Amino acid sequence: MTDSALRPLYFKPRNGVRIVVWSAFAALLLLLPLVARSSFAQTLLCATGIAAIACMSYNMLLGQAGMLSFGHAVYTGLATFVAVHAMNRVGAGWWLPMWAIPLVGGLAGLAFGVVIGYVTTRKAGTPFAMITLGVGELVFAGALMFPEFFGGESGVSANRTAGAGWLKDVGITFGPQLQVYYLIAIYLFLCSAAMYAFTLTPVGRIANAVRDNAERAEFVGYDTRWVRYLVVMASSFFAGIAGGLTAINVEVATADLLYSVRSGQYLLFTFLGGVGFFFGPLIGSVLLVFALVVLSELTKAWQLYVGIVFLIMVVYAPGGFAALLMLNLRRIKYGEWRKMRWPYAGMAFFGAIALWGFAAIVEMLYQAQDAAVTGSALSVAGIKLDSATVSSWVLAMAVLMVGAFGFEVWRRRFKRVWDDGEERIAEAIKKAEAAIV
Amino acid sequence: MKFNVKPAALAVAAVAAVVALSGAAHAQNVKVAFIEGLSGPFGGVGQNQLKHFQYAAERFSGKQANSGVTVEIVPMDSKGSPQEALALLKKASDEGIHFVAQGNGSNVAGVLIDAINKFNERNPGKEVVFLNYAAIDPDFTNSKCSPWHFRFDGGVDMKLEALTNYMKDEKGIKNVYILGQNYSFGQQVSKYTKEMLAKKRPDVKIVGDELHPMGQVKDFSPYIAKMQAANADTVVTGNWGADLALLIRAANAAGFKGKFYTFYAGVIGTPTAIGAAGADRVYMVSYWHPNSAQSQIESLYTGFKQRFNEEFYTVAAVNAVRYLVAGVEKAKSTNAAAVAKAMAGMKMKGASGEDIEMRASDGALQQGMYVAEWTKAGGPAVKFDQENTGFGFKTVRYLMPEQAAMPTTCKMPKRP
Amino acid sequence: MSTLNGVSYGLLLFMLSAGLTLIFSMMGVLNFAHASFYMLGAYFAYQVSSWTNFWVAFVVAPLLVAVLGGLFERAVLRKTHRFGHVAELLVTFGLSFVILELVQLVWGRTAVDYRVPAALDGALFQLYNANFPTYRAFMMVVAIAMLLALFLVLRKTRIGLVIQAALTHPETTEALGHNVPRVFALVFAGGCALAALAGVIGGNAFITEPGMAQAVGAIIFVVVVVGGMGSLAGALIASLLIGLMQTFAIGLDWSFIGALKSVGVEVTPESFGYPLWKLKLSQVAPILPYLLLVVMLIVRPKGILGTRDD
Repeated sequence: MTDSALRPLYFKPRNGVRIVVWSAFAALLLLLPLVARSSFAQTLLCATGIAAIACMSYNMLLGQAGMLSFGHAVYTGLATFVAVHAMNRVGAGWWLPMWAIPLVGGLAGLAFGVVIGYVTTRKAGTPFAMITLGVGELVFAGALMFPEFFGGESGVSANRTAGAGWLKDVGITFGPQLQVYYLIAIYLFLCSAAMYAFTLTPVGRIANAVRDNAERAEFVGYDTRWVRYLVVMASSFFAGIAGGLTAINVEVATADLLYSVRSGQYLLFTFLGGVGFFFGPLIGSVLLVFALVVLSELTKAWQLYVGIVFLIMVVYAPGGFAALLMLNLRRIKYGEWRKMRWPYAGMAFFGAIALWGFAAIVEMLYQAQDAAVTGSALSVAGIKLDSATVSSWVLAMAVLMVGAFGFEVWRRRFKRVWDDGEERIAEAIKKAEAAIV
Repeated sequence: MKFNVKPAALAVAAVAAVVALSGAAHAQNVKVAFIEGLSGPFGGVGQNQLKHFQYAAERFSGKQANSGVTVEIVPMDSKGSPQEALALLKKASDEGIHFVAQGNGSNVAGVLIDAINKFNERNPGKEVVFLNYAAIDPDFTNSKCSPWHFRFDGGVDMKLEALTNYMKDEKGIKNVYILGQNYSFGQQVSKYTKEMLAKKRPDVKIVGDELHPMGQVKDFSPYIAKMQAANADTVVTGNWGADLALLIRAANAAGFKGKFYTFYAGVIGTPTAIGAAGADRVYMVSYWHPNSAQSQIESLYTGFKQRFNEEFYTVAAVNAVRYLVAGVEKAKSTNAAAVAKAMAGMKMKGASGEDIEMRASDGALQQGMYVAEWTKAGGPAVKFDQENTGFGFKTVRYLMPEQAAMPTTCKMPKRP
Repeated sequence: MSTLNGVSYGLLLFMLSAGLTLIFSMMGVLNFAHASFYMLGAYFAYQVSSWTNFWVAFVVAPLLVAVLGGLFERAVLRKTHRFGHVAELLVTFGLSFVILELVQLVWGRTAVDYRVPAALDGALFQLYNANFPTYRAFMMVVAIAMLLALFLVLRKTRIGLVIQAALTHPETTEALGHNVPRVFALVFAGGCALAALAGVIGGNAFITEPGMAQAVGAIIFVVVVVGGMGSLAGALIASLLIGLMQTFAIGLDWSFIGALKSVGVEVTPESFGYPLWKLKLSQVAPILPYLLLVVMLIVRPKGILGTRDD
């Protein structure tokens, strides 16, 4: 029995693995712009990087301490406003290098975390969720009442090329998007490392305990409210850094940054990515930018798709994509994955068919609604349809039914193989544990 | 062609013909990125405006308009968010689109103007021009004016000039109550109403001046109660969407008899919500309405209704497309900087047959202004009703472009 | 007049939050999609009343929504029960997205013409030369009737007793031969029906559009927290409090400047924090509920009639 089997449930990587993973992450950040050359692609990368910090800071609340917040955008958004004002001060002659603006945002986020967190962390669980929602509404409504600070509905704009400093002398003005990307990448790497380190600190550990069983943690002698408060403060600091980076990236702060819809997005995509694993929110941030920018250009029904995927994930895979990935990695490790190739292939094949049928129906519904503008013809994944003809509807429904039937057949087969494998893995783990004793 | 104002602009029609004959002209394709909230709860208005642009592009460019210039509208969904709009601006320029149309929300427009200024400065040769069809913050053509921004709607100041011009002669008006959403538009309505009424009707008392948070009020009856307590007989409001519909419903329910002077009573969805509740007491100021005096508008209105079964409303979309086509023809190029230069100062006939001009000094279209009353449809004055409510708009005052013109404080940077 | 306006608005808020409180106190589930069921109620009522009349819609729409709610509980919510309350909340959060999109798909993205029935249109009586609309009175009557019915069902009927038993001792109740999961489905359906009823009578009083769920969503959560989590009576008090507070605040043009002036402090635009001092109470009225929430949490975190302090 190799010793890797001794750490079965979590991939608790040894330091060697850790170094490899983090180096790969750094290399990826470094090299990505070589693939994404167009300015739009770079904009996407920047947005993803910022979203990644925001989602990871959100996961400090949700994943680590079990606090469901509907008001995370308050921290990122308010920090953006402070950062934009700081940028304008820099333009007016303040001594502060532009690269430090995200730190200003972080400190602002921390300050708001101290104030707002004091109120919100008085409760835990469901009431906490509702309170964050209320506070979010309060801040958003307040933003339009104080145009002196929030700039009314046009927001406050700034110029990221302002100011001086030695960076400017070597040609780094932050004018080109690429330079902004590398600034974001550096912050992303450092923040990820810092947040990972936080999970290892005593506070991070106690937060887990509070999440899993608040009563017991209380009984052992920890003040759970104080723990929640600390986590909110740490989380809001990193959220603030994301907000500061937003200020540099888009050079404008508007009230919609504070809107509850944005808070909802952080929640939704952090969850989709996976709250149980540190890298889950990273996947989530990629999905967020993909859904908001790419998917919403492809189809008008994007919100419906996102909503349905979210529902399915909550019911069937509450660990998010990260958990799905890790479960499969574990299979590979125990040599159980090979048996699942065929069930996977079958499910993927029929799943794709069913998905096409479903997407065709949804798209035709939307097309029929706006048929007057764009006509009733459309194509779904290259196949031409017409929402005005019966044959298209029959075709789509038939395809959906065939796909769903095939999927169900393979799913049952898959479940058998999967459960079977799980049993054997559990046994292997038991044996390994017994071997130690 | 029923529309007696030749779409491709009379002034350049001859030139275009000559060029076409000489064979030098090749068909020019101009793409316009239509950046607007197209999905979500507030997507309805955006979708409707998109139809206006598509309709305008069909009728006033390319084959139907006998023009060598074809305008293609590329819809992009900003979801109403300024941040998303900025990302889409980059996407548009990546795809080689150098014209951007937007209008719903001065917040997005303000951010776009600022971003386009910066972008054009940092990317010479790839300039982007902004066709603003509905964001009417006067700052855009005054303190924040930009050589890249063209506004096809009337500013708040122009609209209030028309509105107060009508109110001046309504002797029944004694106590005016101003109610608005608490953001720059609502604040400007309040400011200009007070200024202009003080000049034109010094005897009128302002009995209330109130701002409420936008989209937060569910029950307007307390506001109505306040108006009744203040003996208001007239309400001037910049409210739009649900905030306007709810206000008028609450007024009707509480038996408030005063009149409402509004800006956006005709926007899609609002007529349905107002319905009979607003008959003979809701007024709207706009640069156009379905029953505007000139008969040639009918073809726009009926044509659009036939095509989409929705109400035609946004003439600014038509004017934006017409100006763009004429600008490209005049510049003989689709280069945005050249087109911008050509459009500045260009004159043509407006939808009501009046002489309109894109004023070069501030980028604001100089056009006529209507004040119209919401009333029972039927008869020659109210030929078309709105959204099958049985009610429509009747012109009660028309201001020629020169009457509605407002001075500008714009110090326009030199056009490149 | 303001009192009547405030009470009628407060009662509508109570109708909205009653279902939410009911579900929460019974099942521990915070139904994030509650406002979406309110919206569905309004749209169903619009559709049914356009085919038949308002009174049919008044009965049918809540029942339809109840069926949908019950189906959702059975098919989806029950499966997430084992993952805990956070997962249950998330499921309803996702549902609110899906309902919003579906509503827009079926009825379009703009407001629909859902009107007050002619029989209830017009003024009931006059007070200080302002009308009190009949429909508002009708809303108040319905809300109070609902309150009484709810009380009777929970306290006096067999079903009510089973529900209460299922709450505290699910295993024992199950052992006594009652189908506890079915009880939960019934409770959830009932809560949704209450939301839908509020939608039926609120949709035409105000406006029926896709944004209506979002517009009330946050405020009913405030009601539930301020009233005390899971307390129906608390929700009633909080609703009335918020309704009255908002209504009266709009009538008052107080600001800090005025208050400071009366104690002899002059505030000018140059003073520090002028934007805050110059705000009038009437201007901030609509966000007062949220301020109340914050104050409540600092002073009395368990809410007006709450029992739990977590």
